[in-house]
Amino acid sequence: MIETFSFPVLSAIIFFPIIVAVVILFMDNDKQRDLIRGTALTTAVVLLVLSAMVYFGYNNEVSGDGGLLDRQAVWQQLGEQYTATGTVDLNAIEGVDMSVFDETTLAFFENYPAYADIDGTVIFDHGLAFEEKFTWIDSLGVSYHVAVDGLSAPMVLLTGMVAVAGVLISWRIDDRIREFMAFFLLLVAGVYGVFVAVDMFVLFFFYELAIFPMYLLIAGWGWVKLREYAAMKLTLYILIGSVVALIGALAMVLTANAFWNSAEGDAIFQAAQQAGVIAEGAPKFNFDIVQLTLAGEAGAFNALGYLGIDTLTFANFWFPFIFIGFAILAGMFPFHNWSPDGHVAAPTAVSMIHAGVLMKLGAYAALRMGVQLLPEGAQTHLPWLVFLTLVNVVMGAFIAFRQRDFKYVIGFSSVSHMGLVSMGWASMNTIGMTGAGLQMFSHGAMTALFFGCVGMVYDRAHTRDIPSLGGFIRRMPWVGVAFIVGGLTSMGMPGLSGFIAEFPIFMGMFAASDHITLQIGSFTLSNYYSIIVIIAAIAIVITAAYVLRVTGQVFFGEFDAKKYPEVGDITITDRAILLLLGVPLIVLGMYPAIMAPMIQAGIQPVIAILGGM
Amino acid sequence: MDVNFSDINYLPWLIPVGPLLAFVIISLLTNRSKWVPATDHHEYGGHHPDYDGMEVPVVTTQSRIASIVVGMSGVVAAWLMSMTVFFEGISTDKLGDKTVFASGMNWLDTGLNALRMGVLVDPLTTVMLFMVPIAVVCIFIYSIGYMAHDPRQARFFSLISLFAGAMLTLVVADNLLLLFIGWEVMGLCSYMLIGFWFEKKSAYSAAIKAFTVTRVADVIMLLGIVYLYAMTGTLNFREILNNPETLDMLSNAPAIIFGSWGLSASGLIGIFLIIGTVGKSAQFPLHVWLPDAMEGPTPVSAMIHAAAMVSAGIYAIIRMYPLFAAGADPHHGVYSEPLIFMAVIGSFTALFAATMGVVQRDVKAVLAYSTISQLGFMMAALGIGAYVAAFFHLITHAFFKALLFMSSGAVIHAMEHGEHHVHEHHHEHDEHDEHHHHDETEPHHFDPQDMMNMGGLRYKIPVTFYAFVAGGISLAGIPLITAGFWSKDEILADAWLGLTHGYGPPALVFIMLALAAFLTAFYTSRQIGLTFAGQPRTEEAEHAGLGGPRSIISRTMQLPLIILIPFALFAGFVGVPPEFPIFGAIFSPDGNPFFDFVKYTVLEAFQPEKPPFSWWPVLTSFGVALGGWYLGWLLYWREPVKAGEEDPIKRILPESIYNTLMNRYYLDDLYKMVFVQPSQWFSRVVVSEFIDRGIIDGFIHLIARLANWIGDLLKLLNLWLIDGVGDGIPQGIVRFGVWLRRVQTGRVQQYLILAIMAALLIGLIFVVSTTVAAN
Repeated sequence: MIETFSFPVLSAIIFFPIIVAVVILFMDNDKQRDLIRGTALTTAVVLLVLSAMVYFGYNNEVSGDGGLLDRQAVWQQLGEQYTATGTVDLNAIEGVDMSVFDETTLAFFENYPAYADIDGTVIFDHGLAFEEKFTWIDSLGVSYHVAVDGLSAPMVLLTGMVAVAGVLISWRIDDRIREFMAFFLLLVAGVYGVFVAVDMFVLFFFYELAIFPMYLLIAGWGWVKLREYAAMKLTLYILIGSVVALIGALAMVLTANAFWNSAEGDAIFQAAQQAGVIAEGAPKFNFDIVQLTLAGEAGAFNALGYLGIDTLTFANFWFPFIFIGFAILAGMFPFHNWSPDGHVAAPTAVSMIHAGVLMKLGAYAALRMGVQLLPEGAQTHLPWLVFLTLVNVVMGAFIAFRQRDFKYVIGFSSVSHMGLVSMGWASMNTIGMTGAGLQMFSHGAMTALFFGCVGMVYDRAHTRDIPSLGGFIRRMPWVGVAFIVGGLTSMGMPGLSGFIAEFPIFMGMFAASDHITLQIGSFTLSNYYSIIVIIAAIAIVITAAYVLRVTGQVFFGEFDAKKYPEVGDITITDRAILLLLGVPLIVLGMYPAIMAPMIQAGIQPVIAILGGM
Repeated sequence: MDVNFSDINYLPWLIPVGPLLAFVIISLLTNRSKWVPATDHHEYGGHHPDYDGMEVPVVTTQSRIASIVVGMSGVVAAWLMSMTVFFEGISTDKLGDKTVFASGMNWLDTGLNALRMGVLVDPLTTVMLFMVPIAVVCIFIYSIGYMAHDPRQARFFSLISLFAGAMLTLVVADNLLLLFIGWEVMGLCSYMLIGFWFEKKSAYSAAIKAFTVTRVADVIMLLGIVYLYAMTGTLNFREILNNPETLDMLSNAPAIIFGSWGLSASGLIGIFLIIGTVGKSAQFPLHVWLPDAMEGPTPVSAMIHAAAMVSAGIYAIIRMYPLFAAGADPHHGVYSEPLIFMAVIGSFTALFAATMGVVQRDVKAVLAYSTISQLGFMMAALGIGAYVAAFFHLITHAFFKALLFMSSGAVIHAMEHGEHHVHEHHHEHDEHDEHHHHDETEPHHFDPQDMMNMGGLRYKIPVTFYAFVAGGISLAGIPLITAGFWSKDEILADAWLGLTHGYGPPALVFIMLALAAFLTAFYTSRQIGLTFAGQPRTEEAEHAGLGGPRSIISRTMQLPLIILIPFALFAGFVGVPPEFPIFGAIFSPDGNPFFDFVKYTVLEAFQPEKPPFSWWPVLTSFGVALGGWYLGWLLYWREPVKAGEEDPIKRILPESIYNTLMNRYYLDDLYKMVFVQPSQWFSRVVVSEFIDRGIIDGFIHLIARLANWIGDLLKLLNLWLIDGVGDGIPQGIVRFGVWLRRVQTGRVQQYLILAIMAALLIGLIFVVSTTVAAN
């Protein structure tokens, strides 16, 4: 339904950096440094341009008359009509100009009103764009299926931004620059792959592809004191998480296959094939996320008696494994400790992409694979998992408050902010989840900006010990201002993107408060989401405290010219980084309409699956 | 949306645009500096440190002038548009009752509800649009002179432009969210401006303190906003506050916390919002930031403490008043929790801050405490339902306090001028006599803000003197001829009405405020006496001055004072009770104009009763104002303090009380002990070291050690059991390991090429299989 470029832009985004990485490896490390840097930068810029094309191309699809948001409103009304009356009446749709709709789509609904029950947003109009689909391993039901939706398009843009910034900030690396840039581009390709994957196999493939260069980059170019420990810790945590999730995913595929082969499932399968939702000749054993979503929606994972336990369903059993397995990468408590160490040990560019994008990968996959595929599990488990996110938010802030090492402050602040993303998922309503989506973008740009600033200070001062710095805004006004902008974003200052992300999350939590309950034995906990918000609010205060403390101690106060003779203003490439990452924070904060509706459109199907609003 | 800015419904959008645009233009275009060798810091009035042998950036003359022009244009444009709206507003019949000027647009889509942003002009906004721009324009003019020698004047203008823009945004906002945005941006500006001289540790500590303390309150306020939105689905003022059904619903629903104890949702939301104001308007116990905020340049103090930030706090709760009063009727003795909360906090703060004002030596600190105290008056008034009286006092206070701050700034500037003069004089002296050089390193400790160093300034800076007196008598509430009298009197009259009915809160408010008013008159009289009366007590005061009557500094700093004097004295005449003898007949023949205009802001059920005229509150006002002033006169004017003498108040008060007051009741130390240190301890010891590094990492490390141990064990088993199965396999593994190690450490690219090959191979398979599948 969505027009796409004839050019396979998503594949280009994924494979272009891989090809360039190989090419770079054939260059000479000593004589062709500038060529290597130039090639890497050109690649990153091309990626950013392509990402921006994807983002804005998708944005056009979402807004306006007959855009995705409009259509979603129609699907929602149709579903409500069917629930109420058992039929659908297209003439009764309110508030949307129906003339923009494709006749065949509408005719389908009149012919098969029962499908209005399975929400249209999920199946017929999931909002995927720039779709590319080829069968990969037919017998295993694996296909190379990539596309973007409202949730992944901002992430694609973010990855492009951080990629450019990462190459720029690594400009002065002389040690094995060839390998560094090649690995970096591979990492970027892996990240892109996860965000655009619509097939579980592809998703896992790129997920692992992203982790492996990460390990080498940290171990090879990181901070000498910590790098081997941190790289190993990071890799183990993430690998274990992803293995757990992978097992869950395989179980899911098998269960779905069994369901499709049952009489009830087969009927739905046939009908879906007729309707064109499932491709003609698609195998029942399939890793495709759209097909699995349909299975979940049709109830494949909700049968009681899983593992012979009467009260257990597949969804309830596997949800925690899959959700937490991915959320480890989002720094979820108590599996967060790899992250600050990893950030600190990593070279600046890797810290940027790590905190800026990689952690979002975890949150994103947790939503895609956990909440979207196993909605019933989400409803059972998120009400207690929310406590873990609360610990994340508060504890991260408290720890950041006490760090002396500049980088650890930012590392723990990332843990705290990513907790808000998971908390937004746990609200399970449109407002809160939209906020979480915005937080992913906002935090990505902000934390990359932070690490950029820290890197620039460290490069010149050769220390990250906060108390021994001071007055740097005099010598590095750009960095000082950028750090303040980032700091204000992180403490949720209105007018910057942090606020428009955190405010909806809090609103969503409040709105969810009166209908989410937690059953512990015979004891029912109700209305506690609002209490959680109130406690989480402490973190905002602590955030303000540590941001101001760090800003005060590093950038204000008296500057010691004798101690830091090399500290001077930053180069043009550094300024480009600060602008590239800082300006979107302001633009998004002032005018959230450039992203909020898109993310909302991406959230809508998940909400429909969750059966809420 | 059909936008037409000549339409009065859309014009308010443009009011904040001028200053905001000025902020952008100055920050991006006219903030050029040149690097010059660091000079003697006395040139900048002692606010900048010496940087020996370093170059420092100083704004270029062109940028300085351009920034002033841009900044002034922005606020003057805002002022002109505000005046247009103001006159349109006051000429509209019953503005607020039926008609308001409003328009809006979608801003943030959140599911089914979109948050809308819009502007609203009702009587409250109309009056604010009169006060704020005038005060702001005066402050801008004043800053031209006050910051004339500062190396960062362009930056200063960009920040105060943003400040002004944020305040105006807050004033025209039609919903709580936009109000909150303006509110927070102002908080940010106050942080940047209090810490404007950021090289001084005291300045940036004060900035951090101000921001953190208000931030605590803001977060609680944000929770209130979020809760309100979750309950009502809107944040628009009129949709919530002028809608009896919504208010009913809110006052009947139990709150999420303490709901079982009878607290209603409106009560909890109200208290959350009021706490926001407690922080912003520096009420007890969150007032601690405000005295420290005097570290900022004086125009900033005027901006924060008079025209903008603290007023914004009170404005917000006046705006939300119907929510607090939902389900209550303060005029008939039914008080809701938020109202009692405001009455208690407000009246306590009014008196509490006034006691500290009595002993201050710093000329600005006296004013700081008086600000806290006066804001307490407003809050207390609101707590007893005196909605209009609180607003009236907000407006008159803004005028006379802006005047007082700018006058005190002129005093400080004059003292710095004197200091500079003395300093140079010593330099000349030194050239003749090297021995004095050692004494010369000391004068850094001279404090130009300490009133004990002043005295006799009356003849040095006469215009400032008259301005200070005009502001001072208005603050003291000297009867009949000052604005402060009329607004304070109205609050007392309202409280008296409640008192005569036998209601508790008004009685408390009446007594506390009367005492506070007495102290106010006393410390104002003391302040003027110490500063202006008698003979100069130091050499610096002897040479104080604003650099001659024709200098730009002297002109730009005195013009705003002259503009504001009439407002400080006569603004009260718009709110004279009609029954007041003589004055009522002159100024309010058709009823109290201010009261009749403002009351339509809220629904009729919330409109305050007009108190019947009574002599008791009037006589109380007379008594406390004149009594306090006279006491000050006795101690400080009749026999002015001479050089080397002690402050008479020190003789009168017992030492322990004097010290307690000087140390602000030791609250700062208490907070440090109770909040700051434990939270640091908690972060460091409990969370960071114990839970995070100790338990979680410890557990992980334990597992790692366990895994190593198991590995060793297995290896041992291996040696025992399957040794000799074949030496080839282990050796092969070892060889592979050596190779792998080499790959990992040195020649990583080989590894990578392998991986790429694999990837390419997979790609090839993929392409082939696709082609096959396609056929």
